[in-house]
Amino acid sequence: MSGKIKMSAKGVNVFYAEKQALFDVNMEIHKHTVTALIGPSGCGKSTYLRCLNRMNDTVENCKISGKILLGEENIYDEDVDVVALRSKVGMVFQKPNPFPKSIYDNVAYGPRIHSLTESKEELDMVVQKSLKRAGLWEEVKDRLSDMATGLSGGQQQRLCIARAIAIKPELVLMDEPCSALDPIATAIIEDLITELKEKFTIVMVTHSIQQARRVSDYTGFFHMGRLLEFGETKQVFENPTNEKTQGYINGKFG
Amino acid sequence: MDEIKKKIKKIDLRRKAFKKLMKRKRIYRRIEDSLAKRRKAERRFAAYGKVAVSIALIFLSILFFNIISKGYTAFVQTQILLPVTLTAEDLNNDNSQAILIKGLQDLFPDSSSNIRKLLPLLSKSAPESLKKVPADGLNHEVWLQASSPVDMFNKSGLKNKNKLSETQAEWVKDLDQKARVRRVFNTSFFKSGDSRDPERAGILGSLVGSILVIISCMLLAFPLGTMTAIYLEEFAKKNKFTDFIELNINNLAAVPSIIYGLLGLAVYLQFMGVPRSAPLAGGLTLALMALPVIVIATRTSIRAIPQGIRDGAIALGASRLQVTMHHVLPLAMPGIMTGTILSIARVMGETAPLLMIGMMAFIVDVPDSFLSPATAMPVQIYLWSDSAEQGFIEKTSAAIIVLLVLLAAINAVAVYLRKKFEVRW
Repeated sequence: MSGKIKMSAKGVNVFYAEKQALFDVNMEIHKHTVTALIGPSGCGKSTYLRCLNRMNDTVENCKISGKILLGEENIYDEDVDVVALRSKVGMVFQKPNPFPKSIYDNVAYGPRIHSLTESKEELDMVVQKSLKRAGLWEEVKDRLSDMATGLSGGQQQRLCIARAIAIKPELVLMDEPCSALDPIATAIIEDLITELKEKFTIVMVTHSIQQARRVSDYTGFFHMGRLLEFGETKQVFENPTNEKTQGYINGKFG
Repeated sequence: MDEIKKKIKKIDLRRKAFKKLMKRKRIYRRIEDSLAKRRKAERRFAAYGKVAVSIALIFLSILFFNIISKGYTAFVQTQILLPVTLTAEDLNNDNSQAILIKGLQDLFPDSSSNIRKLLPLLSKSAPESLKKVPADGLNHEVWLQASSPVDMFNKSGLKNKNKLSETQAEWVKDLDQKARVRRVFNTSFFKSGDSRDPERAGILGSLVGSILVIISCMLLAFPLGTMTAIYLEEFAKKNKFTDFIELNINNLAAVPSIIYGLLGLAVYLQFMGVPRSAPLAGGLTLALMALPVIVIATRTSIRAIPQGIRDGAIALGASRLQVTMHHVLPLAMPGIMTGTILSIARVMGETAPLLMIGMMAFIVDVPDSFLSPATAMPVQIYLWSDSAEQGFIEKTSAAIIVLLVLLAAINAVAVYLRKKFEVRW
């Protein structure tokens, strides 16, 4: 199962003002795998995820120490351009957040701001490819100029995935991508995640233990800001080393 | 023994069940009682609301009735049909008064003892109108504007002669019988500036003044206000200094408007040397008033944009400026437009600051630049309402009607823009 390491966190601490939210997190994320982060509410899993593309920069009073390496480069080095970083590490949020523009413009937004395409035809191709990859093409190909906000919740979330992968990031971060969706839409997105790992590396936060078990290759269990357990999903679920992990997985708390 | 004990127990249980039932019933009854009370309170509250609304409506309708009933007559003016004969010689010698008197004498052959009373029947603008008559020495029948007292007398249905003398009133009645008096739409009210004579006074001067004031006000306040708001919301770090600025902006909105006038006088007129009474001075002064309104409206509409939209763009690698330009600003635009238009409406009705910078003046000419002397509509209304001449009463109300119609139109535009560009997410 172990492949090349795409990203690794070394001794990451996060503070919100005086309160410490993460304690000494070390984690290695492997290429073309799905890594699931689980744990009870407020355990720091979303905070950790938002460190990986420096979304925490937008939060006031948030301080981070430690290293996060993308390839060889520490993304918290001073000479790192966050804009460039975020074009390599895409993100999908908990609540579907399409821009109030057309479906086409939503997907085309990333390629446009990064000037990835040279002609209209090329951009059309990128949009089509991204929508196909997100499994949305068949549903929207006749109404690309319709408002994205008119789509259903599950479609909106797949549109957000298409939007994120349109700029061909190396990693895609997903912050509870299914928590606002019904079971059918959830199943579609889970299938999609499994397909997407062929091309991308995926890190997802999930509240559903079953979902982590179904889709992920690696699982990390957070508790009170600490990464208590990390390893291959099979091993974490069948043979956890930490009793808290076992308790959480078996539904004793959470 | 056991039998008895069992029976006692049974009875006990029943008693308990009964008690429970009663208790539940009591609870139900209490809920019922409180429900009735709550319904009553609700009905009472709705009644208070209805009373408040109807009182407001009554006041509003009294206001409108009062203004419209007084003002609508100003939109028509009285004219008199006069026979005149012009020769080329008359044009050169400017004999217009003599020609008018001659025309009137033709109408009233018995007026030789009252010649002085003839000319006041006509407006002082009548000689102007003579210029349109061909100077061919032939007899022409011309409609000429009547003077204000005649106008008032005619509009009162020939009942209230007011300033007219007995003879003059008789003449007007005579003219009316001969169908030589008519009322036409008062175009000069919309075409001319202020005047000492009510029948010649128009709204155009102050209307243009107001428009020039608003243009110069918005040229300063709109970019400054929106940029301030965008910077404070999207770029500035939240610290004590920005808190301080925010507090002061909110306070600025509550400063009495006369103080802005003093500020304008000190800064624009005395320090920067903008000419007195100029629309530019008025606009810059009123911009100080509009600024906090625009800043607050812009910030409110920026804050209403869900964080998810910003996050989505940031996560795609958009820079802060791109997030602002591509997402925040377009989505906030309807709110910004509404706030700006409402601040225009507020500025348009403002009088006090204009007093301080010399825009409260009698100005006949329609202003033709941002630096020429001008007055504004609310100031004009005040000036006319202060005038002793009877004819200005209807002018005052008419000017109020024009101002109200303009304000209503501006608000309608605001509502339309908000509805049209509203984005749902």
